[in-house]
Amino acid sequence: MSERTAGADRRVAWYRQMVEIRHFEDKVQELFMAGLIQGTTHLCQGQEAVPVGAISAMARGDVQTNTYRGHGEALANGMSPETAFAELMGRTSGCSRGVGGSMHLIDASKGNIGSNAIVGAGAPIAVGAAMGFKLRKEPQVALTFFGDGATNIGTFHEALNMASVWKAPVIFIITNNLYGEYSPVRSTTPIDDLARRADPFAMPGVVVDGQDVEAVHSAVSTAVARARAGEGPSLLEMKTYRYRGHSRSDPAKYRPEGELERWKQRDPIELLGAKLAAEGILSADHQAAIKAEIQAEIDRAAERAAQAPYPTLEETRSYVYAD
Amino acid sequence: MSTQTEAAPAMGATVEMTYREAVNAALDDAMAEDPSVILMGEDVDADGGVFKTNAGLPQKYGRERVMATPICENGFTNVALGMSLTGIRPVVEFMFADFMPTAGDAIVNQLPKYRYMSGGQFSVPVTLRVVSGAGGRFGTQHSATGESWFMAQPGMRVAVAGTPAAAYELLRAAIRNNDPVLVHEHKALYARKGPVTRGAIAEIGKAAILREGTDVTILASLMMVERAMAAADELAGHGVSAEVIDLRWVRPLDMETIGASVAKTGRLVIAEEQWHEGGWGATVISNLTRNGQAWKSVPRAVALYYDTLIPYSPPLEDEMIPSAERIVTAARKSVGQIPA
Ligand SMILES: Cc1ncc(C[n+]2csc(CCOP(=O)(O)OP(=O)(O)O)c2C)c(N)n1
Ligand SMILES: [Mg+2]
Repeated sequence: MSERTAGADRRVAWYRQMVEIRHFEDKVQELFMAGLIQGTTHLCQGQEAVPVGAISAMARGDVQTNTYRGHGEALANGMSPETAFAELMGRTSGCSRGVGGSMHLIDASKGNIGSNAIVGAGAPIAVGAAMGFKLRKEPQVALTFFGDGATNIGTFHEALNMASVWKAPVIFIITNNLYGEYSPVRSTTPIDDLARRADPFAMPGVVVDGQDVEAVHSAVSTAVARARAGEGPSLLEMKTYRYRGHSRSDPAKYRPEGELERWKQRDPIELLGAKLAAEGILSADHQAAIKAEIQAEIDRAAERAAQAPYPTLEETRSYVYAD
Repeated sequence: MSTQTEAAPAMGATVEMTYREAVNAALDDAMAEDPSVILMGEDVDADGGVFKTNAGLPQKYGRERVMATPICENGFTNVALGMSLTGIRPVVEFMFADFMPTAGDAIVNQLPKYRYMSGGQFSVPVTLRVVSGAGGRFGTQHSATGESWFMAQPGMRVAVAGTPAAAYELLRAAIRNNDPVLVHEHKALYARKGPVTRGAIAEIGKAAILREGTDVTILASLMMVERAMAAADELAGHGVSAEVIDLRWVRPLDMETIGASVAKTGRLVIAEEQWHEGGWGATVISNLTRNGQAWKSVPRAVALYYDTLIPYSPPLEDEMIPSAERIVTAARKSVGQIPA
């Protein structure tokens, strides 16, 4: 395989993954309306390039921590849509056996070592995982995903500080979607470029086009190489946008008119699709076929997930204590 | 102190040592036995640590395994959790129990829930060593035992060390355990001496009957254990036979041992260095009542702590902490020797 086709294959795979996440999230919306998923969900339509570009820069054995808005990170890491749907439906076949729910799509066997519903908590946990690797003299690194709003909580600053003094092999990834719940980032945060928050902790801080999966992949790859070489952590800010409201109950009326439409002009899937078409790698027809195929897979996955039983109290007892 | 780590007595040998040396020996033995055990916390590596429990350990195990952290309790406790996911067994020192609330998220939402919310994918072998208790003239923000703050939480275990032997055995048990455990040490006890058996590991959730008796059960934790023992001596002079139980575990509570004792005596004095409401004493009484315990005395159990905060002023601080005399009075009231 030539380098060009290898690169092309990889970009097509990214395209497929982003489409899978998009269709998964749209389906979640639908299942919610149907009552099959309850409580709350935090969807990530519009942000797909971040998990797809970043997680494809990880090697086997590397780990990641995610947030409650973590469906994209879990799927990009290789969780099957059926397993993820089952978790959202509270079924025992879910990744977390149905006790976790939408905010806890976790698969330790693939290095997805946590998905936290507490803003900011995943960052120090990832520093710890990275320090575990370092103390055991293993070459792995840890990635941690969190939002713009999370850069205002203490654990973010504590995590960056510890990671820097200890040169922990960790990559901090801010998914800056311009809002923390209903608050625009500038109403809670005194700067535009959150990557600047790396400066006081003496580590590289990089602003990245979070709509461009290739840019994301390349920035994360650089940071991963740096961490693996023992040079310590990096902070990467992915500029992106969430198409939906914060959570199920939020119609996102607080957004200025035209903002959503402007961001949709640079939709991460269409952006890559246009490039792949222009380069003759994946025609518009092929793209439409991929979308239809993935839609059918998503529908089937949801149907299968809904067949699984709910967990019993008895089977969940062993999840409380290991000993 | 430094001799402790240089020439450790053979495993199985019972030797006299201080409570401080017992903590040191437990850390030393655990670290020698398992290279994945590390100690971390503020200033743990310098000068033996703030309470001198860690003397010799940085020299013996290096500063990677005796790791000083920045001042960020929530951050470094979550770091410990993360380490436990990649093969390390961290022991985290909390310089004062009073600082635990700043790590409330790690202690309430992360450590005890991390395994559960993943459907059992992880075990989280993190030990928190918590320096607790009053009597040191440290004032109101450095004197809490905090021993019941986190007892109501499945996923966590909470131990309280009242003697050098308990300090050693509980810490060893906590470090070996594959779940998060809080181990409270009492800062006023560090200089106390007692027999310690190297290599002994406490049984999880097992209280210790330190003295047998038939008239009244005195249930005590931390510094109250030695005061309960002194009270029992004095009570014997009054013809009252007291059974003294060292609680050892706040979670899980050893209701079997406690229940059997109170079934025998029918009377209970709770000796706790904390407020009664929301504490283990209140929970013990609730559990006994739920289990149908028949009582021989009114009041059925006595709270000894005053409903106010801990002062600096030395005489007042001493008055605040339940004394052996107060325990004696409570026990004599329960058997009707003096009016209730
Ligand atoms: C400690 C904590 N405080 C508040 C919340 C409630 N909350 C959930 S998400 C959120 C906004 C976070 O915004 P951001 O970090 O930008 O992430 P996004 O939701 O945009 O992905 C808030 C306030 C929480 N879960 N945890
Ligand atoms: Mg946000």
